[in-house]
Amino acid sequence: MNLATTIRSLSPVLQMGLLVLGVLIIASVVVAALKRARPQADFAELAARVRAWWVMAAVFFAAVVLSNRLSLVFFAFMSFWAMKEYVTLLKTRPADHHALVFTFLAIPMQYVWVAIGWYGMFIIFIPVYMMLALPARLVLAKETTGFVASASQIQWGMMIFVFGLSHMAFLLTVPQIADTVVNGRMLVLFLVFVVEMSDVLQYIWGKTLGRHKIIPAVSPNKTWEGFIGGILSAMLLSLLIRFLTPFTVIETLLVSLLITVAGFCGGAVMSAVKRDFGVKDFGASIPGHGGMLDRVDSLCYAAPFFFHYVRYFHPWN
Amino acid sequence: MSSGTASQTENQATGKQGPPSRRWTARDIVQMLLFALLVKPFMTLFIGLRVHGREHLPRAGQFILVANHSSHLDTMSLLTLFRLTDLRHIRPVAAADYFERNAFVSLFTKTFFNILPIARRGITAENNPLERMRQALDAGHSLIIFPEGTRGSGESIGPFRSGIAHLVAKLPDVPVVPAYLANMGRSLPKGEFIPVPFFCEIRLGEPMLLSGNRQQIIHTLEDAVRALKEID
Repeated sequence: MNLATTIRSLSPVLQMGLLVLGVLIIASVVVAALKRARPQADFAELAARVRAWWVMAAVFFAAVVLSNRLSLVFFAFMSFWAMKEYVTLLKTRPADHHALVFTFLAIPMQYVWVAIGWYGMFIIFIPVYMMLALPARLVLAKETTGFVASASQIQWGMMIFVFGLSHMAFLLTVPQIADTVVNGRMLVLFLVFVVEMSDVLQYIWGKTLGRHKIIPAVSPNKTWEGFIGGILSAMLLSLLIRFLTPFTVIETLLVSLLITVAGFCGGAVMSAVKRDFGVKDFGASIPGHGGMLDRVDSLCYAAPFFFHYVRYFHPWN
Repeated sequence: MSSGTASQTENQATGKQGPPSRRWTARDIVQMLLFALLVKPFMTLFIGLRVHGREHLPRAGQFILVANHSSHLDTMSLLTLFRLTDLRHIRPVAAADYFERNAFVSLFTKTFFNILPIARRGITAENNPLERMRQALDAGHSLIIFPEGTRGSGESIGPFRSGIAHLVAKLPDVPVVPAYLANMGRSLPKGEFIPVPFFCEIRLGEPMLLSGNRQQIIHTLEDAVRALKEID
């Protein structure tokens, strides 16, 4: 009883840290138990994934908790790395060089709008100004063959990997949701925990019970059993961390449903992109997981939905 | 012509004189600092350089590293393969007419890359490029050579010049390490000054001991680099 009261007296962010620590310990124990129960089977990939989760959780937590500036640098770097992975696989033309330099410069700029809290600029910079300026820059290269493809592919990547992800960063800088003790950091922790747990749980449900494939032509690993089981269990888990949000119980469940379904769409879209590029993973930066994009694909989709839900229904000061 | 295996190579290479014991110079220290503080972080965090086959790089003794050429990033990235304290023993062979075109460029390339400048045109007995390279090897240095002789488009590998064969034919006990550099020409093509951070890759092949017919040496090297290009 004493332990429970002690934990409840901790700050919400610390409570969240303990919860994540608990989940990671359970994951490591399960992997160790699996290895012991079936010594013949190869769990190297699974073990590598769990190890990487420890590192990612530690880095993410540090980046989100320590200071706003550090968080923004971290999110900007995430966008940068994701965009790097995407353009490396694109079939770019030599004539795209300057437009691409331009594009990469736009990444830190997008995060500058976040840092100075200029919402109006943050929300139109990439969808409007970049969308108009990028083709104009491409025109200067005087190469019309493949013009439309270049202009649209680069802009598409910017929208998802930079604009989409930057919503998490903007949310993080929110000091306080009106009439509550909730701040942006807590909401980002909620979003990331629910979406990532849903990814992991969909994988676990799919591996154990998965029979009926949802989109076999795009991703043979996505099954109805995994989808439904993963989303339902992530929704239940989200109730555990309702203390990070201004939501009621029903609202928490509905928001979790919204962001996990959005996250699923993100994962499916990125699977289709990988199919199109003819690659298995976007990169090899994260052992067992692939590239940055293989990990943040669901967040790219979930973040804008979550952001605008909160902004509309729980406006901040 | 013969080509040896990696293990043979190692024995032969270590059998040769050890690393040169010349004194440290201020230039060596400045280069180490530049690499530790600028070049390596740039390559890791901006370019996201990946290396395949690092085990093929001889740990001791001299070698000649042979690679395709499409970008100014080529030399920079190859030099990040080495320990900082070994950098001073590595000499990238570079065109004097380009890299010593003025005092500033000359100082820059010497400090950052410790280039071995050679003449591409107007060759006389004094500036004979092969002689320069031989002297550097005699002094205990290892060389980085781009046998295409100039930067290409990055899409295809140009024909290798014959100079490398003349050099290698007389050095049957110095291992030649083939390397393929991917995407460098996309990141920083000829004529551009600001790189686009495409992920770049270095693929190293097994060290080879080459001797005999020059034409065959060229073919062997071209094939080795091309074979690395095909890996994906």
